[in-house]
Amino acid sequence: MEEKIKARVMDSRKIKRAIQRMTTEIIERNRTLSNLVIIGIRTRGIYLGKRISKLIKELENTDIPVGVLDITLYRDDFSELEAQHMVKKTEINFSVGDKDILLVDDVLFTGRTIRAAMDSLIDLGRPNSIQLLVLIDRGHRELPIRADYVGKVLPTSKREIVHVQLKEIDKSDEVLITEPAETK
Amino acid sequence: MPFIHKHLLGTQFLSPSEITTVLDTAESMLEISTREVKKVPTLRGKTIINLFFEPSTRTRSSFEMAAKRLSADIINFSKETSSMVKKESLKDTVLNLEAMNTDALIVRHSSSGALHFISTFCKSHIINAGDGTHEHPTQALLDAFTIRQEKKNIEGLRILIVGDILHSRVARSNIFLLKKLGAEVILVGPPSFIPKEFKKFGVDIDFNLDRAIKEADVVMMLRIQLERQQKNLFPSIREYRNLYSLTRKRFRLAKKNAIIMHPGPINRGVEISADLADSAKSLILKQVENGIAVRMAVLYLLLGGKEREITD
Repeated sequence: MEEKIKARVMDSRKIKRAIQRMTTEIIERNRTLSNLVIIGIRTRGIYLGKRISKLIKELENTDIPVGVLDITLYRDDFSELEAQHMVKKTEINFSVGDKDILLVDDVLFTGRTIRAAMDSLIDLGRPNSIQLLVLIDRGHRELPIRADYVGKVLPTSKREIVHVQLKEIDKSDEVLITEPAETK
Repeated sequence: MPFIHKHLLGTQFLSPSEITTVLDTAESMLEISTREVKKVPTLRGKTIINLFFEPSTRTRSSFEMAAKRLSADIINFSKETSSMVKKESLKDTVLNLEAMNTDALIVRHSSSGALHFISTFCKSHIINAGDGTHEHPTQALLDAFTIRQEKKNIEGLRILIVGDILHSRVARSNIFLLKKLGAEVILVGPPSFIPKEFKKFGVDIDFNLDRAIKEADVVMMLRIQLERQQKNLFPSIREYRNLYSLTRKRFRLAKKNAIIMHPGPINRGVEISADLADSAKSLILKQVENGIAVRMAVLYLLLGGKEREITD
């Protein structure tokens, strides 16, 4: 499917500032940072989570472990998916019981991914709390879910697609809004 | 590469990239069995029947556990306590069970091709858990998974399959699969167990274990099917043991980091010596553990996702 780029809403500088601001908010809100763990949702949530962990280390000299969550097995739309979804590994090498979890994803849209992630986390143990951080909140929620830390609120139409690109796996750091090209 | 099949009847119908998809998916499934809550909701609401017309310990409980860890509902059928005792036919048995709105049937049967027959009239997904002397695809997949785990790569490995090749569905499924992944496969055993026709699968045949085992990376032992020995395919257990039993002395001829595999059940002291079966070189129990993850992957790949129009 061809996609037409409509706007470039964040560049690497803006992404960096948003992450810095959110990290400060996290430190402010979590008095006992030592109880905090970060869980990144595959794929881009992992890299955002790692950047935040690194910043906290720089600012507060506290090591925050970062785990990786794959939510494929917890999706609620299995029977509707056309293509097969490859299941990737969940790699959480620490106990989540009694921890304050910071769940990290790139884009918050319908909220269904976050619902799946929370179900998955609760199967792994009983966390003390779960907070949510997203780089982009694009609206159109279908479930009663909101983020605690938001990089940027981005009003979109449902047709549009938001792409978060991070230099760890993409060419550069940027956020794009695209739209499927007219098929006519 | 997606895995798009309605049924899993044999490894001969899978492409190398589909095999890799199953193995990669199993890699992700492995972690679930190490959790405190060993369950994910993926196949909630799916109904599976374990249809075993032949006895089984490992395969049946492994499939049952795999289904349960994915939250599917599974029931076990065994021939002895069913209306087959009252002469109900295979076709009628399957059709009646399927009328209960099943999504998948996992079938083991003593006739080669029984699974193919069932797949011609069944709407459910059919998974072969062993048919006669034909195929046992999930065993070969879990063997490949275990080899890959130990050796990282299957391509180029020298793999021996030793024993009763003629009657072994495990051997056939493994030959198809390992050749597709680029391994060198050598069949070893008495001539009465290895018909020359096997050469057309691209394997080597050697009747001398002491010679063949040199430079082997993997030694896969098969069970001597004692129940079939009335056919007199070899003179005596003692003679077989002298020539083909895997003992410490023989195993020393293989590569230093060679591994031992066996699909079970093992006859201790016949095809493999008891101390070797329990040694660190033996991956027999690892195979069993991996079997659950591999079967979870197979169930997920067949039953997850929208019903597609597939004919195979």
